[in-house]
Amino acid sequence: MLKKYLGKFPLLLLLFLSISTPSFAQDGAAIDTGTTAWMLVSTALVLLMVPGLAMFYGGLVRTKNVLGTMMHSFAAMGIMTVLWVAVGYAMAFGPNVLGGWFGWNPGYIFLAGIDETIMDAGVPEYVFSMFQGKFAIITPALIAGAFAERVKFKSYCLFIALWGLLVYNPLCHWVWAEDGFLFNLGANGAIDFAGGTVVHISAGVSGLVAAIYLGARRGFPVTNMPPSNLVMTMIGGGLLWVGWFGFNAGSSVASGLSTAQALTATQVAAASGAITWMIIEAWHQGKATALGIMSGILAGLVAVTPAAGVVQPFGAFMLGIFASVFCYMAIIAKNKLGYDDSLDAFGIHGVGGIVGAILLTFFIRDAWMADAAAAAGGSWTAWQQLGVQVVAVLIAVVYAAVLTLILLFVINKLIGFRSDPKEEMSGLDSAYHSEHGYGMLNPN
Amino acid sequence: MKLVIAIIRETQLDEVREALIEAEIRRITVMRVSGHGKAEDAEIYRGKKVVPGLIPRVRLEIAVNDEFVDITVDTIIKTVKSRYKDKQPGKTTGDGKIFITPLEECIRISTGERGSEAI
Repeated sequence: MLKKYLGKFPLLLLLFLSISTPSFAQDGAAIDTGTTAWMLVSTALVLLMVPGLAMFYGGLVRTKNVLGTMMHSFAAMGIMTVLWVAVGYAMAFGPNVLGGWFGWNPGYIFLAGIDETIMDAGVPEYVFSMFQGKFAIITPALIAGAFAERVKFKSYCLFIALWGLLVYNPLCHWVWAEDGFLFNLGANGAIDFAGGTVVHISAGVSGLVAAIYLGARRGFPVTNMPPSNLVMTMIGGGLLWVGWFGFNAGSSVASGLSTAQALTATQVAAASGAITWMIIEAWHQGKATALGIMSGILAGLVAVTPAAGVVQPFGAFMLGIFASVFCYMAIIAKNKLGYDDSLDAFGIHGVGGIVGAILLTFFIRDAWMADAAAAAGGSWTAWQQLGVQVVAVLIAVVYAAVLTLILLFVINKLIGFRSDPKEEMSGLDSAYHSEHGYGMLNPN
Repeated sequence: MKLVIAIIRETQLDEVREALIEAEIRRITVMRVSGHGKAEDAEIYRGKKVVPGLIPRVRLEIAVNDEFVDITVDTIIKTVKSRYKDKQPGKTTGDGKIFITPLEECIRISTGERGSEAI
């Protein structure tokens, strides 16, 4: 069945290679060393989030799965980078093809055409491409939290490769490319500063679909599945917070006022999310927990991700509160509904992203609204922008859910997605990597 | 009363636990231990096969009344015994060991009960 179509693949590739389009890169722009320096730092900071995520997730799973779970993040670093350089950048930032489903620019294949390009922002295009590539890495790595402790490693690798091509790159193109349809929705585009829809909503929703499709872990919810190392989770979460400055403030692709605004909003939302979660937990469970404060920090950071460019510190403070409240309720709802999103990829990233992308509408700074009004030719209200935000969120949710379901089905039919019972009981580390994570008890 | 001590692979702990619970045996002590039996477990580190001097294992201790000894032992053997040996004679498999020792006394701390009742 599949073999029949595989033969057509080179033909398709030839077709794409033959669509030649003028590259819109500016060779003549002067380099801005300040912006370039900050974008280089941002790129490194966003990459730092991925080992951070590996530690965060790795600490939350059982001892027997710690390496397999960390491998999910590190494998994404390898697979997604190669795919991004090969075709991802071309699909995300090339001009529209196939009715705008994604972009395509043959000159971007292996970044061949940008070897000497300086962008209008004064940054070498290599830096922008690498910065964006880090987002393509962390998004599928986030999904892994939803089906932690129960998937085959090879199937996971195949899944993130296809997911990157079919879900991430098109979404990235719609939201961030200059001719993407969400970028141009409404007066001034759908607001997604650093990846509320592209990264967090798409990853969270895909994770939810995968968790439900694959079924719960063996013994869930009766068996106690204690985190192997909450200390590692705290360190990893800390790295995520630090890395998020690159994620959000770097998304300004500048080194100036907009960068400062985004950085401040990021810090404030993380802090208010943390405090809110602690207060809710102390009131609801009687104690504030380490995992709780980490969840609150992440919820705040996720919610401010789409909003960092348009909200002032008070707006960021409010978004952090809303994010923690909604994410906390989402996790309670998960326990009531009984599906097994192992590490709450949907509960934090999906819900937090939706909260941020929609509620940011009520905290947009006046300057942005004035711009939008000018672009709309007269007036533009928060309610009109709310409509745009809701449409963007719905499109991201539906697209990610449907495509993920198709991918899960295909991979499951081809090579099986879920671990066999024996593999799951022995743990991912032993079953797929022949290693084990914690050797502290071994005298040699 | 007997104390059943079983040394098994780390990776089979959950399987054995599930089988024992199935057989109504829930009271159990588990510890991580290292040791050396007859088997050699090759592990792969950076593509090189290495045989560790001491192999990490899991040790189960189950205190049972006499009528439960056989059920416990059979359940463990049924779960961890590999079929590998039958296919390749002469190859050891490292499935582990079971020791059974008489148990002098058993006391439940909370009530002070002693003997078979307390197990």
